[in-house]
Amino acid sequence: MAKGLPHTGMVSWLTTVDHKRIGIMYGLSAFIFLLFGGVEALLMRTQLAVPNNTVLEAGTFNSLVTMHGTTMIFLFVMPLSAAFFNFLTPLLIGAPDVAFPRMNALSYWIFLFGGILLNFSFVVRMVPDGGWFNYANLTGKIFSPSHAIDFWVLGVQVLGLASLIAAINFFVTILNMRCKGMTLLKMPIFVWTTLITQILLILSLPVITVALVMMTFDRNFGTGFFDPGSGGQVLMWQHFFWIFGHPEVYILILPAMGIVSEVLPTFSRKPLFGYSVMVYSSCSIGFLGFAVWAHHMFTTGMGPWVNALFSAATMLIAVPTGAKIFNWIATLWGGQLRFTTPMLFCVSFIAMFTFGGLSGVMHSSPPIDSQHQDTYFVVAHFHYVLYGGAVMALFGGVFYWFPKVFGVYMHEGMGKLQFWLYMIGFNCTFFPMHFLGLQGMPRRIYTYSADQGWNLWNLVVTGGSYITALGGIVFVVNLFYSLKWGKKAPADCWDGRTLEWSLASPPPEYNFAVDPEVKQLDAWWHQKYASDGTRLTPVFQPVVDPKTKHLPHPSFWPLILAMGLSVMVVGLFFDNMGHYISVGGIVMALLATYGWVYEEA
Amino acid sequence: MSAEAHGAHHTVTGIDNRKLGMWVLIGSECFLFGALILNYLINRDRGLSGPKATDIFNIDVTTLSTFDLLMSSVAMVLALHACQNRDVQRFRFWTAMVVLGGIIFLGFQYFEFTHFVHSGLGLTTNIFGSSFYLLTGCHGTHVFFGVLWMTSILVTSFIRGKEWFPSVQVEVAGLYWHFVDVVWIVIFTVVYLFVYL
Repeated sequence: MAKGLPHTGMVSWLTTVDHKRIGIMYGLSAFIFLLFGGVEALLMRTQLAVPNNTVLEAGTFNSLVTMHGTTMIFLFVMPLSAAFFNFLTPLLIGAPDVAFPRMNALSYWIFLFGGILLNFSFVVRMVPDGGWFNYANLTGKIFSPSHAIDFWVLGVQVLGLASLIAAINFFVTILNMRCKGMTLLKMPIFVWTTLITQILLILSLPVITVALVMMTFDRNFGTGFFDPGSGGQVLMWQHFFWIFGHPEVYILILPAMGIVSEVLPTFSRKPLFGYSVMVYSSCSIGFLGFAVWAHHMFTTGMGPWVNALFSAATMLIAVPTGAKIFNWIATLWGGQLRFTTPMLFCVSFIAMFTFGGLSGVMHSSPPIDSQHQDTYFVVAHFHYVLYGGAVMALFGGVFYWFPKVFGVYMHEGMGKLQFWLYMIGFNCTFFPMHFLGLQGMPRRIYTYSADQGWNLWNLVVTGGSYITALGGIVFVVNLFYSLKWGKKAPADCWDGRTLEWSLASPPPEYNFAVDPEVKQLDAWWHQKYASDGTRLTPVFQPVVDPKTKHLPHPSFWPLILAMGLSVMVVGLFFDNMGHYISVGGIVMALLATYGWVYEEA
Repeated sequence: MSAEAHGAHHTVTGIDNRKLGMWVLIGSECFLFGALILNYLINRDRGLSGPKATDIFNIDVTTLSTFDLLMSSVAMVLALHACQNRDVQRFRFWTAMVVLGGIIFLGFQYFEFTHFVHSGLGLTTNIFGSSFYLLTGCHGTHVFFGVLWMTSILVTSFIRGKEWFPSVQVEVAGLYWHFVDVVWIVIFTVVYLFVYL
């Protein structure tokens, strides 16, 4: 079966196990889901533009808040990061593919079905409305009797499975498949942040898995883990959620930090300042990320000792983060700066992320936090780190690696226009939220009266969000324009430093015709320039007949296995026949597993 | 199999990809069972009604099933040994013993669960029961998948014939099986023995 599958056309995409294609599919899906999340945000801002507005009803607003947060985190930032992991990891470490190519396809399909499941709630008009952290006991059967919460619980469960499979894959790939000479401390910094992100996923996802299973049991099988009436505790959910949820924050930001650390050196024509400090900072951020979860719960009455401990750990995490910010600035210092679109996005990352970091450190103090808790100040804070930080860096990465992926540049003019629309729109949207928060405007309210003194800034915020939306439209236009008419990019189009630039653009299916060998950090750069700066003649990777290279064969089984698992989950939504559907899904998944194992590849 | 083709390649760490992958999964599973065990410990004495742990546990039966599971790990070691030594009869025999040990353990668990339900502790009776069934049920599911896995290896051995010695697959399955055993030792201690503290 496997050998006969085609290499072009629709079927080839459904059966592909090529990490580059899977990366492209991850990226494309992420941007489609961004459209959903963006429209949800715009609807909310339209409602809040003026006091006592009636565009949306309260219930709809709750659903939009929930779906906006869940979509942006699980269906946009994480999969877009996964797109970079997929496309880049093997290229950056000089490997032919990932360690488990079919598992890679499996994780993509599970992710896609999870995203569709979550958004299917709109079709049946049972949209999750428990907020992105879905606090018990609001989300128990008594207060949320419809299937809305089930869509969230099961959707996130499925998405978590996809991330776990991918995380195991990338962990093994990075440790086992580096090319000759690439010791751990000669890996590009993006590979390091990828590795640490995978470790965070591997250790934090099981905790949310358990919490979600408990909530599924509470809702479907009548247990009372989060129900005080049965001896359970609502705070258990909060603890479990944030033991996952705080590392999740670093899962979102670490890949972005890696991208910035690759882009800045290229456009400064200088090596990354303090590479090893960057590595150790990333490690300590990852480690401390597991010790700060309760700072999301300062106002739950955990007591002064617990608060003090988590407060100290939270302040501590600012140290490695601060070290990184100084390193990025020092990378720029004295460099020959080229302000291309990716560079603009990544430089803005430093400033915006610092803003968000500063308000974050403010929250680490419990007395201050109890003033900020659940106000717009917190909304401002996490958008500065996740949007001004992670998303800006991810866009920088898209512009930076687009020529590598598709062989054409994105249009610089439109790119810069989008950047400035984003910068202005973003700051108009989120900076005034600091004021609103300090004036006491709570988050997640669907309207407010005119006498609160919030009118002006809310209008500014809404205006800002429309400017950002314009930027988004420019990006979409740029995407289609560039794919069709974009300027052709040479292999090493930015004068890059890492191995992927030694490959043709787009890279051939087999990646490296000649196994690369690495002697130092920034291996490709040192092939192009001697230590005194004189230009050498680098040897680009030759292009050979793909038939001469051993490649993993395409396979249908990942898709079928993912379908089976999805059918199993879908069965849980039906009250009478549901069991049969679920069992059918399990049988399908099992058959697919056997097909997979016995497949001649 | 592509995984095999890759595994046969030299790896940087010298550990086969599939083995390293299993180790990573085990690391993740530690947190899964860690969360479940913590949840059990927190909720053990919070049941508002119905039987408590001391009322219904039968330590003799559980000790016997623990012994059985530990012995299946010994069988697992011998199965791998026979596989590496290309001794097809012993390989099949010990693989079958692992399967048998797993099935006996699951039988014990079925007996235990029905006995508990008859004694008045259902999944929803109280939070002690919910936490207990969630933890041991999750472990039982892991044993079930282990049994399925080892059965598949046994059946495949008969399909592929006497020259099929999948040492790496058996070793990976063994890692999984031993881990599930180790988790049971923790569960046995924390759930069944701590009651007598």
